[in-house]
Order: sequence, then structure tokens, then C-alpha cells
Amino acid sequence: MAVEEEVKLIGGWESAYVARVRTALNLKGIPYEFLEEAFGKKSDLLLKSNPVHKKIPVLLHAGKPICESLIIIEYIDEMWHASGPPILPSDPYERATARLWAAYIDEKLSPTIGLFLRESNEESKKGAKDQIFVALLQLEEAFVESSKGKSFFGGDNIGFVDIVLGSCIAWLKAMDKFAGIKFLDEEKIPRLVEWAECFCSASVSRDVVPQTEVVVELSKAILAFRRVVVVAPSSPNDDVHFMLLLSSHVIDEMLIVVFSFTII
Amino acid sequence: MAIESEVKLRDFWVSPFGQRCRIALAEKGVEYEYQEENLSAKSELLLKSNPIHKKIPVLLHGGKPVCESLIILRYIDEVWPGKSSFLPSDPNARAHALFWADYVDRKVYECGTRLWKMSGEALDAAKKEFVEILKTLEAELGDKKYFTGGDVFGLVDIALAPFTSWFYTYEAYSGVRMEEESPKLVKWAERCKERESVAKTLPDPMKVYEFAGSLKKRFGGK
Repeated sequence: MAVEEEVKLIGGWESAYVARVRTALNLKGIPYEFLEEAFGKKSDLLLKSNPVHKKIPVLLHAGKPICESLIIIEYIDEMWHASGPPILPSDPYERATARLWAAYIDEKLSPTIGLFLRESNEESKKGAKDQIFVALLQLEEAFVESSKGKSFFGGDNIGFVDIVLGSCIAWLKAMDKFAGIKFLDEEKIPRLVEWAECFCSASVSRDVVPQTEVVVELSKAILAFRRVVVVAPSSPNDDVHFMLLLSSHVIDEMLIVVFSFTII
Repeated sequence: MAIESEVKLRDFWVSPFGQRCRIALAEKGVEYEYQEENLSAKSELLLKSNPIHKKIPVLLHGGKPVCESLIILRYIDEVWPGKSSFLPSDPNARAHALFWADYVDRKVYECGTRLWKMSGEALDAAKKEFVEILKTLEAELGDKKYFTGGDVFGLVDIALAPFTSWFYTYEAYSGVRMEEESPKLVKWAERCKERESVAKTLPDPMKVYEFAGSLKKRFGGK
């Protein structure tokens, strides 16, 4: 496969895992076609491209599928190593460290944010909230060590951990407005709060990170009605129109897709 | 040996995750010091080396800790490239191998554990899921000698090989017939055991079975 061959990305704007891949593609300046999945439905192309997990994101390079966001990012880094700065460091120990933090975020943070959003049980909600704070404190320490005084986990440039953690920012910010919980608290995690601002203002993140207000509306609607059909906008900055189905016949799949951030 | 190149592995004898690291180090011919960890009284060194997860295996290279078995395997592959890599050089083939190593990580241990821990309906559900997993792996292996393709005993093979010493335990407790459900996988397991790195690392399946039995009793399984 050659670098000039066609790149397509199967995904959805609301999915943090898809956002990561889009950030990586932007970093390398790779043009691609964004194939947005309709809410509540899995396209034939998705099912054919990822028959094992049936989930987004899936990168198609010259028609060949690559699945799992962390694996896709490494693929992009290797395939387009000549374009732009490297996403992963070259030193094996630093690479192992970056992979470890990415795995940590995917185990302890990303799914817990989703859990917090959809949990109605107060105790479970509190447990999720506490775990998010613990993870953020741990990542604050990791940032201080990895960045060595620079703006990103990757140093001067956005790197692997920046991309992975960056995909959570919109949701963490939204929870301040939506649930009144300030996860990005400059008193508790000052360096990470600074980092989040740097990341969001970087040009590679701009069209990828959804606006806080949009994410808040989505979260509210999901919790209020528990069954939501969203007419997805083509970009996160458009107004989101909701068509609310109160019928009990709406399938659970839809809730899973909307919470693709948490499960996918 | 200089401190910078000293290699130690903190591990637990029956852990399939630790065994992956031992197999990988043996495949590369890397000398290291094996340190058995007492999991009911974790050592200070372990807690200091892996403060986040407090788990084995931890590879210590020149005193610096590397955690998480798949990450350790990739580290070993990158630091000691040797004659053959665990991963193909083509980016697409690498992504494919990483996908399957990730699949093994997510599915085999967790579902396999339920096969000997659970009973009743929960066991039936676990059995059904495990058969699905076997068939998926069987389809991916196909007629290849190893998962990675060609003659290469690679990342996916090393990730899965330790579970072969659990096959007897899975069958004995759950009644799943591996030979019937996934004959190619069973033959692959036999080929793996012919490799010195695997034969010297994996415990006797009967010892694994006894270990599972004692854990089950301790945690009140039926």
C-alpha cells in the first residue's frame, strides 16, 4: 500500500475514539473521506470492515481496513512517517511509556466517563466520579514527567498520549456545565488544565473536538429520555437537532451507538 | 554485566501474562533474572515499579520498569531486534497482528477464567462465548503454521501460547471440547509446545488444573 492511495474513515462526530484518529490524520496532513455512520445503524461497510467488533472507528486505506483507535494511530504514524513530526517517540522505553499511558486512559478514564454519564444509581455515579478524579491526578503526574516543562506529553509537538487524552476533553468540559462537576479543575490539576487549552487551540484539533455546548445538549437529552435518535450534523459546530422518541420500541443499540464514546 | 543492561522479570509462575514475557525473552536469547512475586504479599519493589496497577509482570531493564505484557513484548522486540521480529515490517500486516493480539488480550483470559470459576447459567453463558472465541481464532489462524504468517512465531502466537497450558483446565471444568470446536488451534498449540522457549516456560497442565482448583475452593466456587 502506498501513501498516496485513498484514505477513508468510518466514524461518527460524537465518538472520542474517532476524534483521536481524525486528530492523527490532521497531524500528518492526510486528506481523507469521512464516512459518517448514521445513529442507531451500522452500515454494511462497517460490518464488513470490522466483522469481529463491529465498531467505529475503522480506517480504510486503499480499501483495506484497520481497526481499534490506538492501532490505527500507530499505523498512521508508521505509514506516513515522512510527513510531519512523529506521533510516537523513537526511544523504545519512551514508546513503552506512551503506550502504557494510552492503555491507562482507555482502561480507567474513557469508559468511566461514559459510566458516569449514563448511571442513574447515585452510588455508582459517585464511584465513577471518584475514579475519574483519581485518573486525572495520576495523569497530571504523568504529564509533568513526560512533558519535561514543554506544552504536550509529546514535548514540543502533539504526541500519542496527547491525542488519546485530548479526545476526552470535550466530555470532561461538558460535565462541568451538565453535572456541575469541575473535572478540569486548575487547583487540582493545573498542568493538565493548561495542557487542555493548548490541545484544543491547536489547529489539528479544531474541527475535531466538538463544542462543549453541543456535547452538553447531547448528554442532557440522553439522560432525560434514555432513548435518543440524533440527526447527526455534518460537523460538530452545526446545531444539533434532536428527534426524541419516547416509544419503548426504540432499540438498545441506539443508546449504545450514542454512547459510542463509552463503549466503542 | 553493566547495570544499564541488567534485565529482571518480576512474575508469578502460573501467570499467562508473565509467561508471554518469558517466552519472548527466550526467543530473543536475552539473559535475565527471574523473580517470583508472592501475590498475597506484594513486594516493595513491585509496588514501586508498577505503582499504578501493582501487578506482575514487570520487566526491569537497567532498573527502569516496563509494565503490561503486550507493551513488554513490543519493548523486547524493539530493544533486541535480533534475527527475527515478532511483528511484520509491513504497516498493514503489523496493524493486523496488533489487532489479533489485542483480541486475545480482551477475550481469552476473562472468558477462560469464567469457565472454571462459574457454575449454572453463568457457566453456560461463558461456554457459549468461549466457543465463539475459539471459532474466531480458528478462522483467523486458518491453515497457517503460526498466526503471524509464514514461519514467524510472532506477537499473536506469543500472546496466546501461555493459554494452551490452561486448555485442560478449561475442558475439565466446562466440558468444552477444544479438539471438536477448533482442531486447527489445537494443532497450533502442539506446534508451539515443540518450541524450546514455550516448552521450557509453560507449566504442566495438571499443575495449572490444581492451581485453578485451589483458587476455586478458596473463593468459594461450587
